[in-house]
Amino acid sequence: MAPQDAAAAVRPAAVTARGWGWRHAGRTKPAVHALDLDISPGERVLLLGPSGAGKSTLLHALAGVLGDINDDGEAGDADESGSLLIDGAVPRAQRGRAGLVQQDPETQVVLSRVGDDVAFGAENLAVPRDAIWARVHEALADVGLSHLPLDHSTSALSGGQKQRLALAGILAMRPGLILLDEPTANLDPDGVLEVRDAVARCLDKTGATLVVVEHRVSVWKDLVDRIVVLQPGSAADPAVLLDGPPDRVLSDARAMLAAAGVWVPGYVPATRGRSEVPAPGTGNLLLAAEQLAVSRGRPRRKGLRRIPAVPVQEGLAAQVRAGQALAITGPNGAGKSTFALTLAGLLEPVFGKVSATLDLSRGAGIDPYNWKAEQLISRVGTVFQEPEHQFVTGKVLDELLFGPRHLGHGEDRVDELLERLRLTQLVDANPYTLSGGEKRRLSVATVLAASPQVLVLDEPTFGQDANTWAELASFLSELLDAGTAVVSVTHDAEFTAALGGVELRMAATEAVAP
Amino acid sequence: MRQELTLAGNRALLARANPLSKFGAVLLITAVLALSIDWVSASVALVFELLLFPLAGLTLTLLWQRGWPLILAAAVGGWSTSILAPDSGRILLDVGIWTMSQGSLQLGIGFLLRGFAIALPAVLLMSCTDPTDLADALAQKARLPHRFVLGTLAAMRLVGLMAEEWQTIGMARRARGVGSRGSVGQRVKATLGQSFGLLVQAIRRASRLAVTMEARGFGGGNRTWARESTFSALDLGVVAGGVVMAGLSLAAALAAGTWNMVWLGS
Repeated sequence: MAPQDAAAAVRPAAVTARGWGWRHAGRTKPAVHALDLDISPGERVLLLGPSGAGKSTLLHALAGVLGDINDDGEAGDADESGSLLIDGAVPRAQRGRAGLVQQDPETQVVLSRVGDDVAFGAENLAVPRDAIWARVHEALADVGLSHLPLDHSTSALSGGQKQRLALAGILAMRPGLILLDEPTANLDPDGVLEVRDAVARCLDKTGATLVVVEHRVSVWKDLVDRIVVLQPGSAADPAVLLDGPPDRVLSDARAMLAAAGVWVPGYVPATRGRSEVPAPGTGNLLLAAEQLAVSRGRPRRKGLRRIPAVPVQEGLAAQVRAGQALAITGPNGAGKSTFALTLAGLLEPVFGKVSATLDLSRGAGIDPYNWKAEQLISRVGTVFQEPEHQFVTGKVLDELLFGPRHLGHGEDRVDELLERLRLTQLVDANPYTLSGGEKRRLSVATVLAASPQVLVLDEPTFGQDANTWAELASFLSELLDAGTAVVSVTHDAEFTAALGGVELRMAATEAVAP
Repeated sequence: MRQELTLAGNRALLARANPLSKFGAVLLITAVLALSIDWVSASVALVFELLLFPLAGLTLTLLWQRGWPLILAAAVGGWSTSILAPDSGRILLDVGIWTMSQGSLQLGIGFLLRGFAIALPAVLLMSCTDPTDLADALAQKARLPHRFVLGTLAAMRLVGLMAEEWQTIGMARRARGVGSRGSVGQRVKATLGQSFGLLVQAIRRASRLAVTMEARGFGGGNRTWARESTFSALDLGVVAGGVVMAGLSLAAALAAGTWNMVWLGS
């Protein structure tokens, strides 16, 4: 099918909201209250606002997926008021009119082969078989994945590729409205640009309407022609706080947006600086790794022989020193997290060793991997990328007390951490119900409650708003000044700069498919 | 582990047959073998099944990797039958409470062979059938509800992810001070906690996947199929092969006089 046919086939959609509101089942406060908004066909809108302003709710409603299942997997009786229409009709009644790409790349893939996955949406819209495959080829070309064979495994794709595949799956439905809910929040910088550019190409070709939710304004600013800022709904305030061309909104409301945690272009939030950045090589040595080979795989046994896992990186060396920041950087797939988790005593080295000095081990032995769990947490604390992986209780307060109770000391530190990381109001809340920023702060606090001398963080700033980012950077610089060693795996150059210290750049190991 | 469960690059003849016809043939063979505990019908079927290996692109190594739990189960079953079944004929082994007689050994070998002969067709079927093709055939030819079939197929993809997530959650919990080493009690407790963590993540993933599928129009009434599930002459051959294998196994056992219906006792 020639491209112009495809363009002709897409009819850009119009969105109209009149006093629209939505309250999730089981909540007392509405997620969106009294929203009035008009989006004309072909407009490209960036939706901004603090967390809790209802951005995702609006996107889900437009995609026609609101109501049956909410984010917590609950079904139930939610409340809708006013009207929200696409081309004058309810979104639910128009399957395929809008296409949605969400944040987590893993759950954007439905089927195991690339071609089948792109075809899935078109099949559901009952497109004839021959037309489906024409659409599949075209959509894959549009997102820059046409070099992949149709039976390529979807599990073998990178995060950026998965998000582009999801976009292709939506394009194959020929939607008039493309909805993107933080599509690049989980991606490394290269992946972000890949996805952004693919979106730009597709919009130029089809002329579809776009609504995108994203914290990082600079990524989307030049692609959109309108920015709408939402605020948490209440009876007194309108849901739309600001609305206009990007440059005007950004200049009028720069300070306000920055205060709300939006990543305004050219804005790096102020953070507490180190009182004095120690020279490299100074500070007490706590952990050392030499000639280290790392892998997530476990050794296999063949008869009596032990076959070591295939390392993702070899010949690694690092020194972790008190009061020093160590940033592990490098492209995706280089094994940064694997290296950090090995340093943290959570993965067994394939070859080589990680040694703790006497200052750190305090009688627990030289190899952190062999420490007991309670020996580990008071020496090396690790904050995982996904905070939920580390929640072990049902209450914020219990979560913080968990480490100290196991150790039998340190409960007095909990109040200070609650205060410092602004969690005091949330002590009785269930950790799983917190916002993204709150979960991040909690996961850092829980690990620090055991007072480790070394703190290891895996992508601590991924998907965080500017406020959480600044709080985190400032807090870590305080810890560094107090003599804690901080190891962070990160793509975030500004974060690395804010902490100062040594950067360990890891090279890509093998060629991952482009 | 994921690699072993896929058919990447299996270009064998049986991989091209429709999953439903293969399923039918397997059903026939297992039905006949399930009726009797004799070693003749089981060995005849087993010989045929081994001959089918190259046609399904299966090797002994792959068989072990994919089917070792079944193979072990058949071996254990055979062993315990031969020592525990009522004795008849000459006593071959007598170790206190355990005795193995000619009669019980025969029964045990019959049990072992039967176990293999019943397990192998399933392994053969798995090794040359793509889950997506199976889903297509079940929905298009067997007319099972497509919501159910495709929902299951999409969920299966998450199983591989869950294996990785299990490892990550284990490490994340150790970093919180939950020991996965130590006494048996501590390990059981840690595993339960970890399972709960995995369950939470599985539900989150599943509900996000459900949103993804729904946003792509899944769940409506009419849908078309990009891949048509078809029957060909090959499928006729597959079903006929199944009939022949089942028939020959039965005939051989009857001719040898070993046919021994399970519910008639021995």
